[in-house]
Amino acid sequence: MSACLDIIDLSAVLANGQRVLRSVSLTVQPGEVRALVGESGAGKTMIGKAVLGVLPSSVRIVEGDMRLEGEDLGRLQPKARRTLIGARTALIPQDPLTALNPSRRIGPQMTDRLVRILGWSGDKADKRVRQLLDEVQIREPDRVLRSYPHELSGGMRQRVLIAAAFAAEPRLIVADEPTTALDVTVQKQILRLIAELQREHGTAILFVTHDLGVVAKISQKVSVLYAGKVVEEADTATLFASPQHPYTRALMAATPRYTDPFASLKPVDETVLAGLAAEIAAADQAWSRPHG
Amino acid sequence: MDEARIVRRGAGPRLWLAGGWLLLVLLAAIFAPLVAPQDPLAQDLMLERLPPFWLDGAEPGYWLGTDSLGRDLLSRLIFGGRIAFIVAFAAAIAACLVGSTLGLIAGYFGGWADRIISRIVDIWMAFPPVLFAILLVAVLGTGLSSVILAIAIIDWTRFCRVIRAEAMGQSRMDYVENARIAGYGRIGIMLREVLPNVLPSIVALLSLEMGIAVIVEAILSFVNLSISTDDPTWGGIIAEGRLSIHQAWWVLVFPLITLILTVLSFSQFGEALKTRFDPVLR
Ligand SMILES: Nc1ncnc2c1ncn2[C@@H]1O[C@H](COP(=O)(O)OP(=O)(O)OP(=O)(O)O)[C@@H](O)[C@H]1O
Ligand SMILES: [Mg+2]
Repeated sequence: MSACLDIIDLSAVLANGQRVLRSVSLTVQPGEVRALVGESGAGKTMIGKAVLGVLPSSVRIVEGDMRLEGEDLGRLQPKARRTLIGARTALIPQDPLTALNPSRRIGPQMTDRLVRILGWSGDKADKRVRQLLDEVQIREPDRVLRSYPHELSGGMRQRVLIAAAFAAEPRLIVADEPTTALDVTVQKQILRLIAELQREHGTAILFVTHDLGVVAKISQKVSVLYAGKVVEEADTATLFASPQHPYTRALMAATPRYTDPFASLKPVDETVLAGLAAEIAAADQAWSRPHG
Repeated sequence: MDEARIVRRGAGPRLWLAGGWLLLVLLAAIFAPLVAPQDPLAQDLMLERLPPFWLDGAEPGYWLGTDSLGRDLLSRLIFGGRIAFIVAFAAAIAACLVGSTLGLIAGYFGGWADRIISRIVDIWMAFPPVLFAILLVAVLGTGLSSVILAIAIIDWTRFCRVIRAEAMGQSRMDYVENARIAGYGRIGIMLREVLPNVLPSIVALLSLEMGIAVIVEAILSFVNLSISTDDPTWGGIIAEGRLSIHQAWWVLVFPLITLILTVLSFSQFGEALKTRFDPVLR
């Protein structure tokens, strides 16, 4: 059986030639959650956007393949690619406010996609949406469906977006820091909901986060990203038990623990950063030789 | 949320006052032959320069007085309102359709389309508008349709600029990206996701533009470049009133008040409608 998502040696550059993704490879098996961790600017969002076909125009893929359930995205015509991505994937975004259209009611925003893209009947779409709202524990579906986004709280909006993402039964969901914009108590509920729905629906998730605590809770596999390069990948349990890369160890040391809150203040060590810089430079040199 | 409520309360009286005045003028204009007390063109030298009703020497039936040819001022204002409103609606809607469409395309598609459209707008805006209008009417000939055409040709840029900027902001929003991921076509996204969000601005601009069209039409009539000189127009009446300001101030003052109230109402009405239309402010 082919992987749900297979990224092979993906490299992308900005208009000025600077590399933002450095030969990234990662695989998400069907029904599996792969966490993608790394500090801000590491390129986590870029990878998600590349998969979903919405990279900013300033970013160009220069090398590599992406396969969605065995289909080579690079070989498809743009139209066919759009249709495939639309039918098989969904995004749970970081900011639940800007991800909903402020001037349209929640109901049509959710059902539209099922009706127009998947060709469902209005009734079927409505039933489906209500079922999903129930699954994300929204108790007043009528009120929510009639609301405009700004009439709902941040947590509610994120529930709506989770419901919308799962509604079309995608094979792969990209969740880009889906809890970062929420306050701490809501974060936990939302995370639990995503985990629950993921299990029930058996959906594969590429879960972007910079929080190792979240990684431990939700994922089976992890890729650690630094400056657009995967520096380590492993089973989640293995990674936490025996991190191999110094950067991973530094990240772990920087993660807050309840027992020792001040531990979180520790920055990544200078020597680790120097080591990383050397590693990136070596990789770039090796890469630019055949590509120069 | 509280802010939104304050906005709404504030929008109330403004909407009703402005809307009420516009409705009054609109109804008077539509039913002009029925509501005008006199024939607006009938001259009677026995009745020249009658003052408005509260002054000595006023005649019943000539509520706002008469001009130097003895024509009833109120009736002329009512019939002038017809032309003002025809021009306002036709010119503003034409300018809005052209400008908003191009603005939406430039803002949403960006790139090329944007560069071409923006360049045209820049060139257009380099002309001083009143001079441009006079020039256009001189070329197109006087008459109602050329006045409408001239205003639309000049003022579509007003819509284009604003709507372009707003559409550009909207198209960077995550919900547009989400729609792209879902597989919607570009035009579909533009119409279904972006257009509803710029619609409040379009409505406000449309109303404002109607006010502007009223002024431009008045200016063109004032310099005698608008409609045939027989039909009363607000600008035409103002031009005549200016000549007899010392003998009959009312011939200048009443059309000016009417003009100003109408123009103000259009802009206020647009603003109030915008806050009503906008789900976030509502
Ligand atoms: N629209 C864009 N055009 C050009 N470069 C961009 C654009 N967006 C981001 N970048 C650059 O690409 C790199 C990767 O950014 P990306 O948003 O993927 O980081 P991230 O890992 O998601 O970070 P964060 O945790 O802050 O979301 C960064 O160096 C960033 O400056
Ligand atoms: Mg990001």
